[in-house]
Amino acid sequence: MDETPISRGFRSRRQEPNPAGRVPPGQYVTTDFPVLSAGPTPQIKVADWRLSLQLGGSLIGQWSWDEFEALPQTTLKTDIHCVTKWSKLDTTWRGVTFDDLLKAAGLAAPTARYVMAHSHGGYSTNLPVADLVGGKAMIATRYDGLPILPAHGGPARLLVPHLYFWKSAKWVQRLQFMDRDQPGFWESLGYHIYGDPWKEQRYDGD
Amino acid sequence: MTAIETAGAPVRRLTWQVATVREIIVETPRVRSLMLHVRDWQRHRPGQRVDIRLTGEDGYQAQRSYSIASPPDDELLALTVERVERGEVSPYLVDDLGTGDQFELRGPIGGHFVWSVADGGPLCLVAGGSGIVPLMAMLRHRERNANRTPAILLYSSRSLEDIIYRQELDAMAARDLGLRVVHTLTRAQPIGWTGHRGRINRALLAETCFPPAQQPRIFVCGPAALVEDAARFLVELGHDPLAVKTERFGPSGG
Repeated sequence: MDETPISRGFRSRRQEPNPAGRVPPGQYVTTDFPVLSAGPTPQIKVADWRLSLQLGGSLIGQWSWDEFEALPQTTLKTDIHCVTKWSKLDTTWRGVTFDDLLKAAGLAAPTARYVMAHSHGGYSTNLPVADLVGGKAMIATRYDGLPILPAHGGPARLLVPHLYFWKSAKWVQRLQFMDRDQPGFWESLGYHIYGDPWKEQRYDGD
Repeated sequence: MTAIETAGAPVRRLTWQVATVREIIVETPRVRSLMLHVRDWQRHRPGQRVDIRLTGEDGYQAQRSYSIASPPDDELLALTVERVERGEVSPYLVDDLGTGDQFELRGPIGGHFVWSVADGGPLCLVAGGSGIVPLMAMLRHRERNANRTPAILLYSSRSLEDIIYRQELDAMAARDLGLRVVHTLTRAQPIGWTGHRGRINRALLAETCFPPAQQPRIFVCGPAALVEDAARFLVELGHDPLAVKTERFGPSGG
């Protein structure tokens, strides 16, 4: 690697507060909520919505919208970090934690080490179970107190805020336990298999 | 997931490389193309992008992503950058950067929003503003290969002077009966303008894009609202959602 070239005259023009210790390397703070999706936004009616929990090929839990809404609801205030470099601080989400979902399915403890999250529209992303339990992740249905807009993943999206935001799959419909880790959609296209923003794990090999 | 191809790029660590500005092309009052020399640049696919990293004299660093405008075989790598007002990186790239200057870059990145001549067609490209950039890489690639895949570009700009690559697009379409370029101007139209006016709507998409029966490959790129609308209209017109690939340029600090 050559010496890092210096851009003379280039300096920070940050308009947004950038509190120390809250913004991972290579990220900047935005107050917008940019939308990034690989295809059209699926229009999903809550009347048709189902969330399924799968172990291998078999169904071990399924909830309709009303059943899901009757599960214990948790509010989570957290920062989110997109691999395209923006971070957004103090976002407020409400939904059902992965722990409560397991409880509702009658599972004392997860039976596999990994999960593939499948979404309407063909998207998928892989996650270690350890990153979903202990209050670290939820299926969110509200953002800032309102139903999540379709473009942002509504009616329900995964929220795993300590990983890059592509792991927080929009339009999630099925969580499938897997014994071995397998790459999802972006992970098959050069993105990092795990995606820790604090280690700047954006792409394969980072 | 079955229908989205995931034939991935080989595992290869993306290291930071030094890019040297060889030439700057003024495209519009707010847009410039940076023609970059990057030693040992790995071939990219049309539609892919790069991450760039600027380092200030005080060590401050900022990263952003930019789409690649040049086709894979060109000697120089072209990035076309629009100045985002009050942005941090794009005003520097558009206004301050000069020939001979250097900065860091890594890539290519992204394996979904890509098209090569081997993928076939017909090809339906829908752009808003600087969303033309990755689509231009596809059109340039198609032309360099003398490829005759039927293609249509529907391109929405604010005004005539805001159309990026206007002369090149006109010349390309004039040389090639298989390519149709349709402009729409949303804010201001010159006197005598006979083209479309206003935002891209369902009727314009129905009229310009290939019908669903021809199974076109569709790429939509531009501001989030345009992409959201155009993609929804295309699905409503009967196109397979999995055939509609999108890339959204959010207003995100530039």
